[in-house]
Amino acid sequence: MSHHQLDARRMLCPMPVIRTQNFVAKLPAGDTVDVLCTDPGALHDIPAWCRIHGHEIIGTQELDGELIISVRVGTPSG
Amino acid sequence: MLATQAMLEQGIHVEGINFYTGFCVEGHTHAIRKKDKAKPKRNNALWVAEQLGIKLHIIDVIDEYKDVVINPKHGYGSNMNPCLDCKCFMVRKAHEWIEEHNFDFIITGEVVGQRPMSQRRDTMPVIQRESGAEDRLLRPLCAKILPATLPEREGWVDREKLFDFNGRGRKPQIALAEKMGISDFAQPSGGCCFLTDAAYSGKLADLWSARGERRYELDDIMLLKVGRHLRPRPHFKIIVGREEGENRFLEGYRKQFTHLYTTSHPGPLVLLDGEANDDDLQLAAQLAARFSQGKMAETVRVELHEKGAAKRELDVTPLTNEEIPVEWYL
Ligand code: SF4
Repeated sequence: MSHHQLDARRMLCPMPVIRTQNFVAKLPAGDTVDVLCTDPGALHDIPAWCRIHGHEIIGTQELDGELIISVRVGTPSG
Repeated sequence: MLATQAMLEQGIHVEGINFYTGFCVEGHTHAIRKKDKAKPKRNNALWVAEQLGIKLHIIDVIDEYKDVVINPKHGYGSNMNPCLDCKCFMVRKAHEWIEEHNFDFIITGEVVGQRPMSQRRDTMPVIQRESGAEDRLLRPLCAKILPATLPEREGWVDREKLFDFNGRGRKPQIALAEKMGISDFAQPSGGCCFLTDAAYSGKLADLWSARGERRYELDDIMLLKVGRHLRPRPHFKIIVGREEGENRFLEGYRKQFTHLYTTSHPGPLVLLDGEANDDDLQLAAQLAARFSQGKMAETVRVELHEKGAAKRELDVTPLTNEEIPVEWYL
């Protein structure tokens, strides 16, 4: 199980979601990713995307206007 | 949303595809402009998918979409919206996607006669043909008034349970939504992208005429959504942040653009797009001063960061409103 980082700073939604989606697609279940972003919309969209696809949000933090959204990759279904 | 629900009710597995062209009306401007903070910043497509309990794939088509906007075979709608070409393009991409992922057919929420350009009875078959999807494209909401498609003929879906909606009226849709128990039925009645917006289209046309060619990058079309745009000279324009959120967004472009801001008074960040000589820079500084809190002051100090040059300071007199012709505003 590995931990990854994905830089989606300065990107506007839905680009951070698209990046997360494409990045997560290559990872096995159980891996974790910290998505770095600056668009506050990502705080809504990435968790919504995770819920739909069965991934888990393990935390969000805000640091100097930058957001870190941590995702644990779920088991692919159907 | 209704079309999908109708399929789900027939026991069909549906997944959503949302194409991101760069022009989509989504969270961007909300995220950028603080004044809109009260509005939900949700991504509508994700929200709908979650309500319906289906997966949603968001696909970046920014680059491929350029050709649709720049050279639409069927022309534009009332603004720069190439709706018919756009629909053909999206259905074609969806068709590629279903082939790759072993899905059987495509559905859309189109209704005959609902939109002037892309949803007319005579343009519906154009989309089927030009997208290559042919009769694997099903429009559940108006299927009954269109020829039967493959999924209907094969019995994958029950045509009898589909609908015969027609025209601009939305009453039957609203009634159906109610029957399906969908209360927050958020379907845009206008266009789904900025290209249907007259002001936005004007700025895009200006960009193309200033550059002498019809071309754009993602950054260009993002910036058209943000700030006040003024073109005082044919060879340059300025983008002025209207409030904190926009200024913060524009800050991300400081490296790529000559930019300036007032230091003696609080004021916005101003980006300069194009080529500017010293007179032009002076004029840009006077405009920056005009949009700062020092607009009534005799002199305002402006810090100028010219692309590839050391920063400079200019003391300028702010332009007055009368000195700014309305034609400068894009
Ligand atoms: S309004 Fe919709 S169909 Fe028309 S160009 Fe925009 S995205 Fe395409």
